[in-house]
Amino acid sequence: MASITLDQVSKTYPNGQTAARDLTIEIGDGELLVLVGPSGSGKSTVLRLVAGLELPTAGRILIDGRDVTAVPPQRRDLAMVFQSYALYPHKSVRENLAFGLRVRRVDAAEIDARVRLAAATLGIEALLDRKPAQLSGGQRQRVALGRAIVREPKAFLLDEPLSNLDPLLRVATRTELGLLHRRLAATMVYVTHDQEEAMTLGTRVAVMRNGAIEQIGPALALFRRPANTFVAGFVGSPAMNLWPGACRRLDGRARVASAVCSIDLDEAGQSVPDGAELVAGVRPHDIDLTSDGDVTGRVEIVEPLGPVTLVHLRVAGLPGEFVRVIVPSDARIGVDDQARFRIRRDRLHLFDGRTGRRLN
Amino acid sequence: MKNARTPPGSGASWLREEARLGWALALPALATIALVAVFPILWTFWESLHLHDLRMPWLGRPFVGAANYAEAFGDPRFRSALGHTGVFMTAAVTLELGAGLLVALALDRVSRGRGMVRTAVLLPWAIPTVVAALIWRFMFESPAGLASAALVRLGAAPPTWFADALAAWIPLVLADVWKTTPFVALLLLAGLQNIDKALYEAADVDGAGRWRQFTAITLPLLRPALLVAFLFRALDAFRVFDVVYVMTGGGPGTATEPVALYTFSTLLQNLRFGFGSALSVIVFVVAFFFALASIRVLGRGAFLDGPA
Amino acid sequence: MTLGATARTTARRWARPVATGLLVAAILFPLYWAALSSLTPENRLFAAPALVPRELVLDHYRALFRERDFWTPVRNSLVVAGATTVLSVVLGTVCAYALARLRFRGKAVMLAFVLAVSMFPQISIVSPLYLLLRELRLLNTYPGLVLPYLTFAMPLTIWLLVGFFRQLPAELEEAGLMDGAGRLQTLWAIVLPLSWPGIATTAILTFLYSWNEFLFALSFTLGPERHTVPVAITLFRGQYQVPWGQILAAAVVATAPVAAIVLAAQRRIVAGLTSGAVKG
Repeated sequence: MASITLDQVSKTYPNGQTAARDLTIEIGDGELLVLVGPSGSGKSTVLRLVAGLELPTAGRILIDGRDVTAVPPQRRDLAMVFQSYALYPHKSVRENLAFGLRVRRVDAAEIDARVRLAAATLGIEALLDRKPAQLSGGQRQRVALGRAIVREPKAFLLDEPLSNLDPLLRVATRTELGLLHRRLAATMVYVTHDQEEAMTLGTRVAVMRNGAIEQIGPALALFRRPANTFVAGFVGSPAMNLWPGACRRLDGRARVASAVCSIDLDEAGQSVPDGAELVAGVRPHDIDLTSDGDVTGRVEIVEPLGPVTLVHLRVAGLPGEFVRVIVPSDARIGVDDQARFRIRRDRLHLFDGRTGRRLN
Repeated sequence: MKNARTPPGSGASWLREEARLGWALALPALATIALVAVFPILWTFWESLHLHDLRMPWLGRPFVGAANYAEAFGDPRFRSALGHTGVFMTAAVTLELGAGLLVALALDRVSRGRGMVRTAVLLPWAIPTVVAALIWRFMFESPAGLASAALVRLGAAPPTWFADALAAWIPLVLADVWKTTPFVALLLLAGLQNIDKALYEAADVDGAGRWRQFTAITLPLLRPALLVAFLFRALDAFRVFDVVYVMTGGGPGTATEPVALYTFSTLLQNLRFGFGSALSVIVFVVAFFFALASIRVLGRGAFLDGPA
Repeated sequence: MTLGATARTTARRWARPVATGLLVAAILFPLYWAALSSLTPENRLFAAPALVPRELVLDHYRALFRERDFWTPVRNSLVVAGATTVLSVVLGTVCAYALARLRFRGKAVMLAFVLAVSMFPQISIVSPLYLLLRELRLLNTYPGLVLPYLTFAMPLTIWLLVGFFRQLPAELEEAGLMDGAGRLQTLWAIVLPLSWPGIATTAILTFLYSWNEFLFALSFTLGPERHTVPVAITLFRGQYQVPWGQILAAAVVATAPVAAIVLAAQRRIVAGLTSGAVKG
């Protein structure tokens, strides 16, 4: 296994579209880095740059400290699992697994042994003589994984490997992937648009937008301290409440004032100049419905999610948006109720209104 | 990292490798084409500037400049050959597009036995032009051929087809129409099947009648296919040779002789290579304009897709 | 529903198949007529044409192969069309793959060049090819026909196959690269096995065009020993009159392989003919 480094990598297509802007990422040996972002954010491009299927317009790509920018994909010794799986339709499962080894002139006995082992690892021994067309979606996905692990490559590149599976299978396979990563102690780069997948799988998660990395770090760090409003809104479900507001001084103390709340800023926030635009962010489960709450809203939608219930409140002064609140599933609440709520002040996220950057 | 920064440009080395492989794979075929098609066309042009008569080798091959072209444009037989070609193109292409559209509309509605129908339609296209021409010549053979007999039974007086400077065009054009309408029909059928059927359903809901649907939806959306079919057929009709050679030999006299046939007999019967080459170049230039138009139509998208 | 309306719907239900049947019959009639006449005794050929045969004889076919040695042109055509097809498909496949998939400068220009050559009027290059082949002593030989045939066969195969390769999912090739196979190995082990339908279609069309070619064959063969089928039929001469019976028999013989190919591969042929022309 190997470490992968992107060193100031940029990719601009001939049509002027920029898919990667000056990216520097270090992926440690045995790490599973998840690249997550909306479609068009450049996450797949980063994967293809590492694979060698695309060539950067600037910067270097290193594997184990060796510059491979000029090395073609077939000599990088990386394995890739494609979103469409890209199984060779004319080859049996066995031949699909064996192809990469045959190309490397591994001898027949060893190919056989390794194919068996990989198939056993993934529970696809019974499918070895079938053609891809005779497999279900989940089985194809396993074969695609098998084709990658049988090679024992330096690293695995996975491009939305679960997105073609139905939801139940997706969650189960996600768990298995996590196990597989631990068992193989493999370096993996994993691309997805699903933040939940990213949070559950990644050793570290990189959130991308417009070809740039918005934030990179352990999943929980991203969740607890999003670096900007984009990450705050993207990571976590249901999404964080974000309210525009301004900084007001009262008795010499800086406060954030918005339609929903007026809260004293902590020490870090004291340097914010008066009148500056701010965005206050609060996660739905950091708001409590209580009878002595300081803000009132009208309940518009009640969504029972099972373990908890998501309530959408309409608050005066915030016309376009709901305030999302998580309440226990046994809470007695109905549409059109007037509800009072209070924000847990210590869980307040504060962002600069212009740049979107985190302030506290 | 210990490694020195990559010198600019070297990152492209495997792209260069790929480019080299690309050229290596493409070159044999492209070189062959250059050798058997491009080099000869240049030679034709060079040859057309010379007096070169294989029957009179003692004259050598003196350079005569544009003399052959001057002769060509002053040559009444060449000018009438151009006229014949124009007549043939107009008649054949018009009929083929019209008939092709009708056949395509009919085939578009066929649900059962589509394979059989398609085979039937393909057969005339697939057989050698020479064979098609012979079969039609046989049917129009005067005076006892099938066409004459049918006309007599209908009470009309049949013309002496191939001995009549005007009537001779009828079997020529008919044979060409029979042979190539299927191709036009298949092109247009493919165009028809690209049209979203939901459009017709929407038009039904809007209360548009069949004819209205045809003029408002089918024709406009079929325009690209019609244009392609027109260009293909016009180019082909301009080059017409086989049908005429077999059916009339350009006769009676030279009444049905198109440019390709005149050029051929100048070259290979009279062995006047210099003059014949000038005629070839003129044919080439005219065809080139059709080809340019076709390439522009076909090329849209075909050449401009991104890096594969 | 009234009786009249029922009749009308019945009529409408039958109108379409009947119209289609008539159309097919009209299209096929000349072929039927030729086949029928090729089996009619010479003295009856022009006497009172009848749509249903009264007497069928194989005389013309016997004469065709015994007296005229029609096998020679058939063999010539097979050799020339076959060699042209093999050569242009082999060279054209690798060239088309490069033009469709590899990244290098000048691809678009080359493709335009190929398309332009496919529209060359054959007559425009007859004179230099004649002089060239005469110089190389290739007039009246098989190579002397195959080389000129490449002028149309090669652009045709390249154009068709570029269209076909572009339809293959690129991810399969990328998977091959990631598996460690080079471009050539990917072409051989992954692309070609998946491309045989496209290659077969291309080969069929190339063969048909070569089998049917007339102008070059007429220009560059000098004697019956090298005439191809279309040239041989055209130059049939009788002692006193046109030997129509034998000509039509020969026409049937020339059509038979074509008809067999069309029957077997009509779907592919239609796809090949219309690809590139409509999607462009």
